[in-house]
Amino acid sequence: MSVSINIENVIKKYDRTIIIPNLSLKIENGELFTLLGPSGCGKTTLLRMIAGFTSIEGGVIKFDDKVINHIPAHKRNIGMVFQNYAIFPHMTVKQNIEYGLKLRKIPKDEMSRKVDEILKLVKMESFKDRLPERLSGGQQQRVALARAIVIHPSVLLMDEPLSNLDAKLRIEMRSAIRDIQKEIGITTVYVTHDQEEALAISDRIAVIKDGIIQQVGKPKDIYTRPSNVFVSTFVGSSNLLWGIVKIDNGIKRLLFDDGFSIQMNKLSDEVKDNQRVIVSIRPEEFSVKDSGIKVKIKTSTFFGRYINYQIIPIESKIVNNQHYLEFTQDLGHVHEFFNEGDVIYLFPNPEKINVFTEDGEKNLIRDVKKNG
Amino acid sequence: MDKGKLKFDFWTIITILIASLFTVFLIYPLFSLFASSFKDPLTGAFTFNNFIRFFSKKYYYQGLINSFLVTTSVTILAILIGSSIAYIMNTYKIKGKNFLEILIIISMLSPPFIGAYSWILLCGRNGIITRFFLNYLGIKLPPIYGFVGIVLVLTLRLYTFIYLYVSGALKKIDVSLIEAAESLGSSPSKKVFTIVFPLILPTLLAGGLLVFMNALGDFGTPMLIGEGFIVMPVLIYSEFVSEVGGEANFAAALSTIMVLITLLLFIGQKYIINKKSFTMNSLRSMQPKEFKGLIGVFSYIFIYLVVFLSIIPHITVIYTSLLNTRGQIFTNEFSIKSYKLVFQKLGQAITNTYLYGFLAIVIIVFLGMFIAYISTRKRNILTSVIDTISMIPYIIPGSVLGIMLLLAFNKKPLILSGTSIIMIIAFVIRRLPYTLRSSAAILYQISESMEEASISLGCSPVKTFFKITAVMMLPGVFSGAILSWITVINELSASVILYTANTRTMSVSIYSEVIRASYGTAAALSTILTLTTIISLLIFFKLSGKKEISM
Repeated sequence: MSVSINIENVIKKYDRTIIIPNLSLKIENGELFTLLGPSGCGKTTLLRMIAGFTSIEGGVIKFDDKVINHIPAHKRNIGMVFQNYAIFPHMTVKQNIEYGLKLRKIPKDEMSRKVDEILKLVKMESFKDRLPERLSGGQQQRVALARAIVIHPSVLLMDEPLSNLDAKLRIEMRSAIRDIQKEIGITTVYVTHDQEEALAISDRIAVIKDGIIQQVGKPKDIYTRPSNVFVSTFVGSSNLLWGIVKIDNGIKRLLFDDGFSIQMNKLSDEVKDNQRVIVSIRPEEFSVKDSGIKVKIKTSTFFGRYINYQIIPIESKIVNNQHYLEFTQDLGHVHEFFNEGDVIYLFPNPEKINVFTEDGEKNLIRDVKKNG
Repeated sequence: MDKGKLKFDFWTIITILIASLFTVFLIYPLFSLFASSFKDPLTGAFTFNNFIRFFSKKYYYQGLINSFLVTTSVTILAILIGSSIAYIMNTYKIKGKNFLEILIIISMLSPPFIGAYSWILLCGRNGIITRFFLNYLGIKLPPIYGFVGIVLVLTLRLYTFIYLYVSGALKKIDVSLIEAAESLGSSPSKKVFTIVFPLILPTLLAGGLLVFMNALGDFGTPMLIGEGFIVMPVLIYSEFVSEVGGEANFAAALSTIMVLITLLLFIGQKYIINKKSFTMNSLRSMQPKEFKGLIGVFSYIFIYLVVFLSIIPHITVIYTSLLNTRGQIFTNEFSIKSYKLVFQKLGQAITNTYLYGFLAIVIIVFLGMFIAYISTRKRNILTSVIDTISMIPYIIPGSVLGIMLLLAFNKKPLILSGTSIIMIIAFVIRRLPYTLRSSAAILYQISESMEEASISLGCSPVKTFFKITAVMMLPGVFSGAILSWITVINELSASVILYTANTRTMSVSIYSEVIRASYGTAAALSTILTLTTIISLLIFFKLSGKKEISM
C-alpha cells in the first residue's frame, strides 16, 4: 500500500521568482521523513507539490516508479494533516472520518468497523458523535490524523501539524504521531520549522534553505555532524569561532586567536597547514579546565535542569553574526557556579567539535555525509 | 490547479457563463444607455444636443442642483443623528436597547416611499396632524411638501445606515486603546476626538457614501412628497415616461450624467478608504456605563424621539389600513374593506411580488456564491474583471437601471420589455451585491485547507465545492440573501419604469394607488409589505442567532 517517493530535479517558480531551483530527494517506503527549514525555505511548497495542490514547473515526482505530476490531487490517494487541522465544522467526528471512506464506496459495516478501529488507535472513541467546535486543539488534531490514515493512503503528508498546540500538548502529540506512524508503517512526509520536533520525531531529516537541500540524514548525524554552518546553527545552537589549522609532522591542531590550541584527530586529509577555518562548538561540549579558550561570563540564566551562560571570549574572535557565545552547565554534574564577570577557561571536546571551511559551506571533519 | 492557464473545467465554464451574463445584462445595457444619450431623437445621428439642452435650461439643471441640496443635507443630518445615537447607545446603558435596535433595522429596511406617503397622511394638506393643529389650536403648520419633506423622510430612514455602521465600528474598538489614551493623560473629550473619531472615520465615510447614493437615487420619496421640487430621478422618470411621448434620448443623457456623478463619488471614496483603512480586532470592546444627570435625560429623549419618528410611518399605515374609507377619506370606524379591495383588484401584485422575489433570490444566491468563489479562489484576469463589474450595481440608481434595460431589450434580438423576465433581471442586478458581499466575506473566513482536506481524501474539486465549501458558506450567503430578498420586494425605482399592468408588484401598486389618492388600498398593501419585511427579519434574527445586520 505504502510507497516510496522519488523526487527528481523538481523546480518550482511563481512567475519569475524561483522557490525551488532544482531539488532531488528519495523518501523510503515506511519512513517518517521530515522537511525542516526556516519559514519561506520551500518545505511546505514541496509538500504541496507532492499532495498535488501546487503545480510542478520542472522535474518529476514519482510514487514508487509512477510519475504523479499530472494526476489531480484527489486521485493521488494521499492522506494530509493540516496546520489548522481543517476538520469540517459541520460534521461530527465520525462523519469527518467517514468522509474519505464514503468516497471510496466502502460498504457500511466495513466502514463502521474501520471508523471504530481508527478512533481507538487515536484514542478518541468516546468523542465519536461530537461536533468539532467542542473539541480541543489536540483532539481535533487526533481526528485530523484519523481522517487522513483511515483511507489507507499511499503517503501521509503532515504540514506543521503541531504548531497550533501549546508546548506540553505538542510533546504529547509528537510521540502519539510517531507511535501511530510506526504502528501502521506508512510513508510519512512531515514539515516543520521546529528543529527539536524534527529531531524527536523523524527517521530522517532533510534540512532545507532557500529551496536547496543542505543535508539529509538521521537526526543524530545531523546534530552531531552538520554538513555546513547553516545546519550547525539551525539545528541546535553552535558557537562559531575563527581558528587556524596547524599541521606538524602529520599531527593536526586547531589554533585559536588567544594562542590556545588542541589536537584534532578527526580532521579530513584535505585541510592544509595555516588554513583559516570556522570552528563550531555546541554549548554543552565545553568543560571548565585550567587551560582552554579564555572567556568572561556576561550573564547567566538559570533554567532548573541546566544553567546557560552568555560568554565573551577575551582574545579569540567570534564569527561576525554572533554577539556572544553560549555555554551550558548540566546541573546534575556541576561543582562550581559562575557569576557575571568571572574569567574562566573553556576546554572544547575535540571528538565533538565541527570544523568548517572559511565560507561555512563544507564540514572538514572526516566522513561527514551530506546525503545520508 | 495550473493557475493562469484556462482549462475547460467546471469553474472555467461557470466563469465564462457569468461573464457572458454580465456582458449581456449589464455591460451591453450600460453602453446602450451611453450610446442613446449621444443620439439625436429624430435622425439618430451623433450629437451633444441632449447634454447641451440639459445644461442650458434652468428647469433641467435645477434638478441636479436640487438633488445635491437634498442629498448633501440628508447625508450631513444622517451622519450627525446616526453617529450620535450609535455613540450614546454604545457608551451608555440605554433601557430598551434591543427593542430600539430592532425598530431601527425595520425602518432601515422598509421602502422610503411608505415614509413619504405616511407623512403626507399625517402632515399633508389634509393630514391628521395638520387638521388637529388647525381645528383645535388654530395653528397653520408649514407645508410638508418639497425640500423639507424629502429631507425629513430620507433622513429618518437613512440615519439608520450610519447608526449600524458606526455601532459596528465602535464595537471593534478595543477598550485598551481608550485606556491607553487615558493613561497617557487624555481628557474624556480629547479622547473622543483623538482616538474614537479617527478610528471610526473610514466607517463614517463608507456609511456617508451609502447614504448619499441612496438619497441621490431615491425616486419614490421626491415623487410623492416633492411636488414642485424636482430632483434628478423624478426628472429622468418624467422625461422618459412623459405623456407627450417620452424622450428616451434625453432621459438617457440625464441618466449618463447621474452615473458619471455616482461613479466619481464611488472612486473617490475607494481612494480615500484605501488610504485610510486599517483593520481592528477587539478582544474587549467598550462596556456601556450608567448615565448620570441631565445629559442622560436629554439623551433618552433624543434617542426615543428619533426612533419613534422613524417608526411612525409603519404605525400610520398599519392603523389606517384598518380604517373604513369613504372615497379618498378615512372615516373613524374600523373595517377590513381596504384589504378586501386589495385582494379583489390587486391580488396579482401580491403574487407577482412573492413570485418574482423568489425567482430573483434563487438566481441571486447561485450567482452570489459562484461569483464570490471564483473571485476569491480562482483569481485570474477574467475573474478580477467580473469582480469589478459586480460592483457596478452600486453606482447605478434604480431608475437609470430601468431605463438601461428598456433601451437595451426593447428591440430584436432580445425583446424583453413588458415581460416579467425584465423585472426579475432588474431585481437580480440591483440586489445581487448584498448576497455577493456576504458570501465573499464568509469565504475569506473559510480556510482553503478545508477544501484541500476534502480533495486529499479523494473528493473531486467540484464535488468538494458543493459538499464542503457551499455548506460552510451557507450562513453568510443566507444573511445576504435575506437582505436581498427584503430589498427586492420593496424595490420601486426600477420597477416603476419596467412594469406593465400584468407585471406590477406591491411597491408599484402602492405608488400608483397613492398617486390616485386611494389611500386605503395603499395602506393595506403597505401593511402587507411591511409585515412581510418584519417577518423576514425575524426569521433572519432567529436563524442567525444575533440581532445585527450588516449591509
